[in-house]
Amino acid sequence: MEPGALADPLLEVEDLFVEFRTRDGVASVLNGVTYHVNAGETLAVLGESGSGKSVTAQAIMGILDMPPAVITGGEIRYHGENLLAVSDERRNDVRAEGVAIIFQDALSALNPVYTVGFQIEEQLRVRLGMSRREARIRAVELLDLVRIPNAARRVRQYPHEFSGGMRQRAMIAMSLALDPEVLIADEPTTALDVTVQAQIMDLLKEIQVERRMGLILITHDLGVVAEVADRISVMYAGRIVEHADAPSLYRNPGHPYTAALMDSLPRLDQKGSTLNTIRGLPPSLLHIPPGCPFHPRCPMATARCSAEIPANHGLGFGRTSRCHFAEELVSRV
Amino acid sequence: MGRYVLRRLLQLVPVFVGTTFIIFVLVWAVPGDPFTGMCGDRPCPPQFVAAMTDKYNLNDNVIVQYLKYMSALLTGDFGTTYSEQSVGELIGLAAPVSLRLAVVAVTIEAVIGVTAGVLTGLRGRGFLDNLVLVSTLFLIAIPTFVTGFVIQIVLGFQLAILNPTVSADATWGELIIPGFVLGSLSMAYVSRLTRTSISENRRADYMRTALAKGLPKSRIVGVHLLRNSAIPVLTFLGTDIGNLMGGAIVTEGIFGIHGVGRLVYDGIIDKQGSIVVGVVVLLVVVFLVVNLLIDLTYAVLDPRIRYD
Amino acid sequence: MTDPTTAMAGIGTAEYVTAAEHRETGPGRPRSLWSDAWRDLRRRPLFIVAGAVIVLLAVIAIFPSWFTSVDPNHQDLDFSRQKPSGDAWFGYDLQGRDVYARVIYGTRWTLLVGVAASVLTVLVGAFLGILAGYFGGWVDGLASRIGEIFFGLPFVLGAIVILNLVRNAQIRGALPIVFAVVASIAVLSWPVAMRIMRSAAIAAKQQDYVKAARALGASAPRIIFRHLLPNCLAPVLVYGTIALGAFIGVEATLSFLGIGLRDPAVSWGVMISDARNYVRVAPHMLLFPAGFLTVTVLAFVMLGDAVREALDPKLR
Repeated sequence: MEPGALADPLLEVEDLFVEFRTRDGVASVLNGVTYHVNAGETLAVLGESGSGKSVTAQAIMGILDMPPAVITGGEIRYHGENLLAVSDERRNDVRAEGVAIIFQDALSALNPVYTVGFQIEEQLRVRLGMSRREARIRAVELLDLVRIPNAARRVRQYPHEFSGGMRQRAMIAMSLALDPEVLIADEPTTALDVTVQAQIMDLLKEIQVERRMGLILITHDLGVVAEVADRISVMYAGRIVEHADAPSLYRNPGHPYTAALMDSLPRLDQKGSTLNTIRGLPPSLLHIPPGCPFHPRCPMATARCSAEIPANHGLGFGRTSRCHFAEELVSRV
Repeated sequence: MGRYVLRRLLQLVPVFVGTTFIIFVLVWAVPGDPFTGMCGDRPCPPQFVAAMTDKYNLNDNVIVQYLKYMSALLTGDFGTTYSEQSVGELIGLAAPVSLRLAVVAVTIEAVIGVTAGVLTGLRGRGFLDNLVLVSTLFLIAIPTFVTGFVIQIVLGFQLAILNPTVSADATWGELIIPGFVLGSLSMAYVSRLTRTSISENRRADYMRTALAKGLPKSRIVGVHLLRNSAIPVLTFLGTDIGNLMGGAIVTEGIFGIHGVGRLVYDGIIDKQGSIVVGVVVLLVVVFLVVNLLIDLTYAVLDPRIRYD
Repeated sequence: MTDPTTAMAGIGTAEYVTAAEHRETGPGRPRSLWSDAWRDLRRRPLFIVAGAVIVLLAVIAIFPSWFTSVDPNHQDLDFSRQKPSGDAWFGYDLQGRDVYARVIYGTRWTLLVGVAASVLTVLVGAFLGILAGYFGGWVDGLASRIGEIFFGLPFVLGAIVILNLVRNAQIRGALPIVFAVVASIAVLSWPVAMRIMRSAAIAAKQQDYVKAARALGASAPRIIFRHLLPNCLAPVLVYGTIALGAFIGVEATLSFLGIGLRDPAVSWGVMISDARNYVRVAPHMLLFPAGFLTVTVLAFVMLGDAVREALDPKLR
């Protein structure tokens, strides 16, 4: 376990390695991912497209396409139990009841030919053995919970009849049907307008607090993260490059990549100057650069960086960073 | 929905008129003496010619002929052949046979095709998949009459398992082999269509969601995958009934089935224009109605489609 | 009526292997759908086999004398219905003609009908389809209605009616007969090609590059030929290849019914038709042309299949 973890994390990923075997070669998609979430807290997993954050989520849920994906190492522990080592049946029991997930695009994630009510109720009927009536009542309650007006009518409608924000709420309602302890939200607001984004994030936070769930929020949006996250794990090229609590991360990033991300945020008081960008592109996972994967784009890179993979430096108070110069960076404020 | 149906029905009219008119013209308004060969080797007696000309309005121009024919048709009068047989009756005897044959063919192709398609679509590359792909390729490539011939010869004559031809009654049982031959091409197509539909939908986002909900595999495939994948397949099967009714000429010929295919073929060769046009009218109506029904069924199957 | 959306693809590995920027293709060579497809096709055994068969058939059609020195029309009743032997690999037919030679010479007519019919169908159908798809409105309405009229007509039936007419008109000579058969097939089949092209054109029309071209003031013909056409070719091409095979089968069926080709344009279908009454006593008369027919149609359909898979961007 990495430093700073509580004694009994709800869900824990440790040293997870996943490869994608494609026609063009083997892509190292996850290279030793480690993070955890406790009850009642929100962990944000921050990274660009291609960093591996969604793959980790899907590996946790056990819904990766295998092949071409292959899990080559690591553990995923729920209440201490390694999900990668249990029977298929047990794994399936944990799905939706223990750990649930909501996706980015609710329109494609929901089955277009069945009503929203049907899709919520089927879990209740199939896995909890509820009768149709009971399931219908509960489904309406859930839609109410996520603040969909006119729930009793809406429950009979199809996904395409909902607006984007409401569809996302419906998907949240669906994920809560079996009272999971952990909710993974994979880019839940990326496809939505800013105002709706805020509403959905508020809703998620509220639900998380009320039910004392562990919430893993996967996103690339620093703005969204600032509002709700307790702790943040920053991912790059399939590994966690920095762990920190939210306030510390924003005040004082401990990894050049995080610092560059912060820098690239447009700021109102910077009107008229050029936006900062991180030069270069994320690496192809078929050919990850040797040493520190960020070194080709890092303003602080030295010869050591291309030769030696940085260790995980502890920075106190549960913070870690995978950079040779982590301590220097942090003390730079 | 009602307005949509009305609009479609109205759209059908010009198509109906167009198709029937073209056939009418091709059959009746061609140069040459329509009575050659009808009275043996000698030319027909003038009274006969006069009576026939009058009866079939052959002196009017084509459009008038057509209109007169159509108005008679709308009252259910299909006219008669030159030998005074009621065309309506002839069609009435032949049509149910062809319909039965088409239904048998579609049922066989649905059962075998969909099953093969589902199994291979789910499983992906492998022995069964290659087997199905290759055999469907063969069925698609070999013309129906070759398939029909081979089956008739092998099963009917050489092995004498089955009656090589069908009796005049054409019971359901007798129609199984001809139905198989008739539907073989479509069966190949159905299995490929199902396979593609299933393997495409298998990767859909909502399938991933269903998996994440911890539902049993049987439910994920049987409820979520099937319903979405079935839509293109069912539409095809529906239209095929209409197609097969009109496209069974070869099969009917090989197995001696007295269906509309045989009827119209003989009508063409014997130059009985009223039979040809009558059958074509029937087939066109069936085709158009079936298409409309399929479109309406689409809305039931896929709630994203709304007709307003 | 709204079109149902096709199922969205799930996670592709391409998501995780960022971008074509990282792929090495060779110095600055652009990758297009066609070059990708060609590379893919070259590797498929199905394509190679089918392609080889077709090339062989084409050679036979163009240079039949390379494959046999026997005159296909030479009759010798002494040899009537003789089985295959060392002298005549496929035996003799009813009139004592060498079946092998007839099959070889028949290749030309069979392929001619298939190629001509599919080319004609695709040309007419694609032309009307792209106009209908691009202009929409009354052009589309008219073209679609006309297409529907032909759709309602069962193919074989329509063919029989048309060809019977032709037969009664007592046409003589190989080429006119072939032309009649080709024309009737094309007349009854163009709506399918039109429909395919039309939906491809409608989809392409809505792409941003077309809107950009219009905004820049490009004329309609220019947009159609430079922008729409290259992107709509794929499905029509696939259809054309498969149709070629299908039409060869159709010609055989029509000849079987007695209304297709006939002397002197002797195709395999004609041979099968002539042989059908003697199947039990002299099966070789039917089996060899039928075998060639099957292999040919199979080759074209396999080719079309391989091309379709190679051109399908979803399968990449």
